[in-house]
Amino acid sequence: MEEQNIISVSTFCTQYNVPVTFIQSLREYDLLEIVREGEEEYIQVTHLHRVEKMIRLHYELNINMEGLDVVNNLLQQVWDLQQENQSLKDRLKLFE
Amino acid sequence: MDYIDYYKILGLSKNATEKEIKNAYRKLARKYHPDLNPNDKEAERKFKEVNEANEVLSDAENRKKYDQYGKDWKHAEQFEKAKQQHRQQRSYQGSGQPFGEGADYSDFFESMFGGAGRSRQGGQGIRFRGQDYHAELHLDLNEVYVTHKRTLTVNGNNIRITIPAGVTNGQEIKIRGHGGPGINGGPNGDLYIKFIINNHTTFKRDKQDLYTTVDLDLYTALLGGDVTIDTFDGKVKIKVKPETQNNTKVKLKGKGFPVYKKEGVYGDLYVTYNIKLPTSLTEKEKELFAELAKLR
Repeated sequence: MEEQNIISVSTFCTQYNVPVTFIQSLREYDLLEIVREGEEEYIQVTHLHRVEKMIRLHYELNINMEGLDVVNNLLQQVWDLQQENQSLKDRLKLFE
Repeated sequence: MDYIDYYKILGLSKNATEKEIKNAYRKLARKYHPDLNPNDKEAERKFKEVNEANEVLSDAENRKKYDQYGKDWKHAEQFEKAKQQHRQQRSYQGSGQPFGEGADYSDFFESMFGGAGRSRQGGQGIRFRGQDYHAELHLDLNEVYVTHKRTLTVNGNNIRITIPAGVTNGQEIKIRGHGGPGINGGPNGDLYIKFIINNHTTFKRDKQDLYTTVDLDLYTALLGGDVTIDTFDGKVKIKVKPETQNNTKVKLKGKGFPVYKKEGVYGDLYVTYNIKLPTSLTEKEKELFAELAKLR
């Protein structure tokens, strides 16, 4: 049997106790990709971690949708830089 | 266990208003929130401190208790009374502030307020996945040369994980569901294990490639010959070409480090020759070298 890799938006919203409008806003701002199958809309399980983070940032820190977009981009840059930094440190050891 | 100055943590004076506390807390929470400071342990620690300070100071009753007994909490009889009074208030649910995910509380907080002082439920009843745990696993380079299993103890639970050959320094793996428990019925967080690879060998590593330096005597370098060198998994004999120059680099294909998650595939070993000139020459040797010099 094929593994289920999506979760319906309605189930997600019930489980996480967030309004469906929040997910819709994420989609409108291109912060989340929604999969549509028939009438039902789904979130890919691989995106859950990111959505959870955006829920926290939105509800805990009052960051609006534009802010979430900026935060996401900056965090991605931080991550890329951390990876590059680690890789450069490792390479530097070759010359020590 | 030391007294913790919650006012100092929030950068406030003792007569701060509720609004000032709320503002200071929100500002610091935005600064140190773990989602905004990935892999920053110092920020995580400060976020917990700020959370704890807010737990106490944002609630009038907790604040009063803290102001009254805080400094003398170790020996005050009044504190004991406060604790008794506190036990009778088990139904207390805290201030309902929304930063429900802050993790541990200090011993000071636990002693003074116990479990019921917490308000980690979160004011909005949102079901959150539990906190992600981050751990570091220190391994020697030769331990990651082969895939092996290892049992780790995380928060009292034994977890058996497979460490694939070829993991790199700083690489992180995720173990789903082994993080903190979910909040308000949410799923458990994940456990992230970061590998710190210590290298005590003579080899230097860049991902799947290894680098080493081999001393070569002058005559082998000039005339060529065989040398036996150490690779990561044993000795190999290699041919040295005649007239090999100092710092010449040769590649031994497939003698490097295993490629991560590609069984049986290895990187290369780069050998740099370091030609050692003879010292303490005898008179005869000097004569012969002089003769060679004349030929040039």
